[in-house]
Amino acid sequence: MALTREQLAQRVAQEFQDGYYVNLGIGIPTLAANYIPDGMQVMLQSENGLLGMGPFPLEEEVDADLINAGKQTVTMVKGASIFSSAESFAMIRGGHVDLTVLGAFEVDCQGNIASYMIPGKLIKGMGGAMDLVAGADNIIVVMTHASKHGESKLLPECTLPLTGKGCIKRVLTDMALLDIEGGKFILRERAPGVSVEEIASLTAGELVIPDSVPEMQV
Amino acid sequence: MSGFDKVVGSYEEAMDGLEDNMTIVAGGFGLCGIPENLIKEIKRRGTTGLTIASNNAGTDGNGLGILLEDKQIKKMIASYVGENALFEAQMMSGELEVELTPQGTLAEKMRAGGAGIPAFFTATGYGTPVGEGKEVREFNGRHYILEEAIQGDFSIAKAWKADRMGNLIFRMTARNFNPMAITAGKIAVVEVEEIVEVGELDPDQIHLPGIYVNRLIQGTFEKNIEKRTVRSA
Repeated sequence: MALTREQLAQRVAQEFQDGYYVNLGIGIPTLAANYIPDGMQVMLQSENGLLGMGPFPLEEEVDADLINAGKQTVTMVKGASIFSSAESFAMIRGGHVDLTVLGAFEVDCQGNIASYMIPGKLIKGMGGAMDLVAGADNIIVVMTHASKHGESKLLPECTLPLTGKGCIKRVLTDMALLDIEGGKFILRERAPGVSVEEIASLTAGELVIPDSVPEMQV
Repeated sequence: MSGFDKVVGSYEEAMDGLEDNMTIVAGGFGLCGIPENLIKEIKRRGTTGLTIASNNAGTDGNGLGILLEDKQIKKMIASYVGENALFEAQMMSGELEVELTPQGTLAEKMRAGGAGIPAFFTATGYGTPVGEGKEVREFNGRHYILEEAIQGDFSIAKAWKADRMGNLIFRMTARNFNPMAITAGKIAVVEVEEIVEVGELDPDQIHLPGIYVNRLIQGTFEKNIEKRTVRSA
């Protein structure tokens, strides 16, 4: 069975380490904040200028001056700090954020990512995604493995305009966890109940299948 | 003191000198920390042909979105322009030119513009449509593109509190692009929720010194929320 949104978020959260500063993109990446293991402290960075983002506010706590990068009202945790957008992207570009998690339309086995623009469709903009993929060393892309029509999104070469070049080393899909090394996808884990063959048939880019591909623990 | 007193008497005075085809650098992120009354004054004046650098373009009926109603904006330099039907319509029809700029690059372009740095190299956008036509240099085995600073004829911004000298304190994530936007404008106009007397602000707590601010005005704010999200107790 392909992973649900919640299971994807759970698997993302397994990449967290105590003391990590983490930037979570809009959508499934944001859900990972709900699965930070007990006893572990992770500080969430929101690129509009907040380090130490907390949960959504109670009705009476709502403050128009406190939002996240998705423009949702949020709260701050103890130890939070506030800064300008220039400072925020200095910490992103400067490689100070330990882990970045974001979505994509396509990735390829050269580590390229396309996530912001489909030619012919409405262009809304890249927001902070280009800075995030260029600045972070430790990035996880979270996406569906294939389109609704069964077309692979893990490609030999991205077809859509790129968000970043050669910057992705780890991809989590609803079917598998893969690393990108030496121009190939390396299958690391498979979703519970999903076979290696199914994954291989929906991976268009070159795929290396190690002898042992454990099932994800979600 | 009078030479350092930045407070102006009206919004009309605050935007005095704004002419057609000028460039404005604006603070705000979504509808958070936007100079909403200064934007309304620009609408009232009917100035057209404007180039505006701002992370977003407001929403329908809010923020910079209201300047689209009378087609006052010629070009928008922004990182994200969703959630605005009028914007989309004008962009698709070609009436509105859009230069999509990565968010961190936009912030740094404004910072550079205010700091006397004409251009800088960044890895952001290398190998993407953003990098097309831009100079590429390699440093320590990595590729970087040359991005040029942004400066405006005016900058418009919102802060929380100021003293009459224009020393500013921002509040929570309403800070966002405001400090850099202010530094990047030849005439920097800032509206705030409260103006206090000189000496009442702790110098150690000031986020942006008044040297960058030319005009200051106290306003009242709607502070609309784009995505009100709450949890239940």
